Amino acid sequence: MKSLAELKAIKEKAQAQMTARENNDDGIRVLVGMATCGIAAGARPILNKFVDEIAKRNIHNVKVTQTGCIGICQYEPVVEVVVPGQEKVTYVKMTEDKIDRIITEHIVNGKPVTEFTIGSYKD
Amino acid sequence: MRELSLNVLDIVQNSISAKATVIEIELLEHIEKDLLEINIFDNGKGMTEEQVKSVIDPFFTTRTTRKVGLGIPLFKMAAEMSGGWLDIKSEVGKGTRVYTSYGYSNVDRMPVGDMNGTVSMLIRMNPDIDFVYTHSINEKSYVLDTRELREQLDDVPLDTPDVIEWIEEYLKENDAELTT
Repeated sequence: MKSLAELKAIKEKAQAQMTARENNDDGIRVLVGMATCGIAAGARPILNKFVDEIAKRNIHNVKVTQTGCIGICQYEPVVEVVVPGQEKVTYVKMTEDKIDRIITEHIVNGKPVTEFTIGSYKD
Repeated sequence: MRELSLNVLDIVQNSISAKATVIEIELLEHIEKDLLEINIFDNGKGMTEEQVKSVIDPFFTTRTTRKVGLGIPLFKMAAEMSGGWLDIKSEVGKGTRVYTSYGYSNVDRMPVGDMNGTVSMLIRMNPDIDFVYTHSINEKSYVLDTRELREQLDDVPLDTPDVIEWIEEYLKENDAELTT
């Protein structure tokens, strides 16, 4: 069984790594829409997968957070990727399959995956 | 919503918007009494009686700001579909208590779904808020209280990946214990 005492060990390990994680504020932000519309459309597994994949790949300059309803409920789940100094990119009708490419091509290599963006759905 | 755990994830956003610092979630499975209860309590800013009415019925007022959405009506519908009900008790300055009940074996009761996923996501996304999660099946129960975790962790935040992993394991193990 898990015991609270195990958290002591986690604490010590985390404190040792703390300095490496601090400089996060000027990094890339991934915003997942988590209002009623987003949640109903399946945003929870999307957010989880982003967090897991980014942790798994040891990418440190990315912060995954939730946001509210941005008014395009019919395109949920919606994910916005904000790279400092660049225009915000809005990905719509997100599925777990799309996440790999967004991380590899956009977050790591800086090239948005145009075919998943809102522009590709709207015309 | 396809699972009640998603309704909970949604409803708790209201508590977060209401600046709650402690949010309690109860999942009480009284299988022997054919009753399921899901309750959410917060210490946020609370609501007036009028506001409570308006969150239950989205058409009650012609609101000018889009402050209230479909979260509570959907939650209420899920409860009533299964022969249960939703009730809200709120006091300005004190907080809000949302109670729901369901017919456990009713064919129209939605599955609870991944409640642990909801709990761990809420902690991960809101590491400065304290969560108290109680899960019971008949007579057995357990509690996850992030205030107890904080005591062990000092200044290490709850959204540290290792801590989240510990929480997920803790929930899984205790759930297994409930059904043995």
